[in-house]
Amino acid sequence: MGAAVAKDILVTFLLRLADDHLVLGHRLSEWCGHAPMLEEDLAMPNMALDLIGQARALYQYAGEVEGRGRGEDDFAYLRSEREYTNLLMVERPNGDFAHTMLRQLYFAAFMEPFWQASANSTDERLRGIAGKAVKEVAYHIRHAGEWVVRLGDGTTESAGRMKAAVDALAPYVDEMFESDGVFSEIAGAGIAPDPHSLRPAFDAIILPIFAEAQLEWVDDPFAQSGGRSGLHGEDMGYLLAELQFMQRAYPGMEW
Amino acid sequence: MTKNETPLWEVFIRPRNGLAHKHCGSVHAADEVLALQAARDVYTRRGEGTSIWVVPSAAIVASDPQEKDENFEPAMSKVYRHPTFYDIPDDVGHM
Repeated sequence: MGAAVAKDILVTFLLRLADDHLVLGHRLSEWCGHAPMLEEDLAMPNMALDLIGQARALYQYAGEVEGRGRGEDDFAYLRSEREYTNLLMVERPNGDFAHTMLRQLYFAAFMEPFWQASANSTDERLRGIAGKAVKEVAYHIRHAGEWVVRLGDGTTESAGRMKAAVDALAPYVDEMFESDGVFSEIAGAGIAPDPHSLRPAFDAIILPIFAEAQLEWVDDPFAQSGGRSGLHGEDMGYLLAELQFMQRAYPGMEW
Repeated sequence: MTKNETPLWEVFIRPRNGLAHKHCGSVHAADEVLALQAARDVYTRRGEGTSIWVVPSAAIVASDPQEKDENFEPAMSKVYRHPTFYDIPDDVGHM
């Protein structure tokens, strides 16, 4: 332990991180059986399983810190929309393949420097989770990045779709780097980096890929925000309905 | 018009150091980088490999199944090419 922050601060922080990973993992898993080719039909659920595995480790830890007997299933299946504190970007519907790959690239480019910094965390559990996640996220950047380059610098059709994805996701980029009291306390205790500090590392990953993909970066003046305080888009309810249906319909069900 | 954007690649996986790469299947991919990624995603999900090769299927020259008999039949009758054909004197011990 040794983390010099209040319990509820640490739990809030862990749940934000866990929610990002579970929700994006769920979105990616929606491609299972619907991908444009068999290879991607395996690749996307592969990445989804990485994300859900990371979410599980974070939820378990959050439950232990909280000490109220809640476990990973309680957090995932029995919280309402307002209690979820994930980024708005990860709950966005998949759109087409270009849109999904770009969203994946953005999130991975945000998380890679995050996990790298967390590898030196003062919190031993987070260090352990980061050590595994950092390899997984490096592959996500490579996989999504290669597709963004090929689609962006591909046919007229694929370049058009890639550009549409850049426009559609632009309002959701800035929220990743928002800081608040929780994040700054966590950063102050040396547990994890302040998201605000990760922007240069994110740009250093994204901009060369955009250059190769012949894509223009767009700054959106109407940045969306609210995920961290439980205010979600209208698609979030549908996502949770599908994610939570079994536990809601058959409480305590195991399989 | 029907240009194949994602040709076929043959995948070879080496399970451990010291073993040879072994053919395990094929993937469709636009180029060699994506072919390697696809091979990784399709064929190493259960920790099967430490190294992957991909080769354009078009680069493989295969023997003609029609010529199976003339290629492989003649070897069938040459049992003396197997080491088990020969009696080893007991004094030699293990070879």
